[in-house]
Amino acid sequence: MKGRVSRTESWAGLKAGPYNSLLAVLMLLVSAAPAFAHVQQGQAQGFLTGLRHPVSGLDHVLAMISVGLWGAQLGAPAVWLLPVTFPMVMAFGGFLGLVGIPLPGVEVGIALSAVLLGLMVAREAKPSLVAAALLVGFFAIFHGHAHGTELPPGQSGLMYSIGFVIATGCLHGVGIAIGVVHKWPAGKAALRFAGALVALAGLGFLWRAFA
Amino acid sequence: MRFSVAIASRRRGLALGVLACALLPSPAEAHLVTTGLGPIYDGISHVLMSPDDLVPVLAMALLAGLNGPVAGRRTLFALTGAWLVGGMAGFLVGQTLVPSTITTASFLVIGGLTAADRRMSPTVVTALAVVVGLLHGWLNGAGIAVSQREALGLAGIVSAIFVLVAVASAFVVSLRIGWMRIAVRVVGSWVAAIGLLMLGWSLRG
Repeated sequence: MKGRVSRTESWAGLKAGPYNSLLAVLMLLVSAAPAFAHVQQGQAQGFLTGLRHPVSGLDHVLAMISVGLWGAQLGAPAVWLLPVTFPMVMAFGGFLGLVGIPLPGVEVGIALSAVLLGLMVAREAKPSLVAAALLVGFFAIFHGHAHGTELPPGQSGLMYSIGFVIATGCLHGVGIAIGVVHKWPAGKAALRFAGALVALAGLGFLWRAFA
Repeated sequence: MRFSVAIASRRRGLALGVLACALLPSPAEAHLVTTGLGPIYDGISHVLMSPDDLVPVLAMALLAGLNGPVAGRRTLFALTGAWLVGGMAGFLVGQTLVPSTITTASFLVIGGLTAADRRMSPTVVTALAVVVGLLHGWLNGAGIAVSQREALGLAGIVSAIFVLVAVASAFVVSLRIGWMRIAVRVVGSWVAAIGLLMLGWSLRG
């Protein structure tokens, strides 16, 4: 070992190992200098606003998770087709809102989405793939129209959109992950019960929309 | 009857006006990051911190990876080469000439094709990579010229793109598990959705 440093030794007599490496990385991160001169403003804030927005409304959260749950019940290929369909059609709804095309009964549409998607999960309905995609896509327009345009002034629209789409996709992922319990009989019953609860919550939203 | 014709005509005029506003070339915004380490590192940082360039690059890499190793290899060189050529041309001309809104087309087309996962020939994928590279490279180069930065920043931009495409497309090519390919398609749908929303923001102004 003469003239060489063993793997367990390093500079200043400190032992090299995963914890020391981690500590070094953490120290580097903590001591990082702030970024200067990046002229695009409102980037991080826009992203965080977009990321937070879908999870800030229970109606949106329940509908998104229901899409994932229903996909898990339907199995392949619906389990991935529905989460692919939803963000694209939702973005179309957001596009309509952004260019100023009005959509009547947005709040009612969102509430109905929770009712119907909840019912689909509760009844473990298995329509054709096209019918399922059409149902999910139809309600996605309302969600996009209502939530896709709510960008606070001074924030980046692009970053808001990225955050918004990622958060929505992650909510679908949560639904699909929960839907894994569908493999077990008790899990099946639990999913159906959860679907019924979502439908009931949707009725509450519907009541509020008409009130 | 005449009244409805007048309304239709006015609506058509309004739509044309909105379209014209959207297509007006906007001033170039290079928004290169100043790292203090020189133009090469500024260029590298630009790619990593600018989602309007980073997202299409990654989406292009995913699309190439889904279409196999030949498409992946060709895209690696076609995208970076076209980006460099477009960037140099944009730098020399010094003007964007095209509206920046057009970059949303990269999001929509590449994201949509990735989501669809239709097998395409490597030639088509390479041609797409060339178009994306020329378009985004041109805007980068013109932006650098307008903000009076060094053209060497383009070398940093292209280097970063080369590494990103190499890693991302090779990763997708290596995927053998079905659900992981599906995850790539889901990401493609997200990119298309972001593109559609971006288009909306651009039209809104």
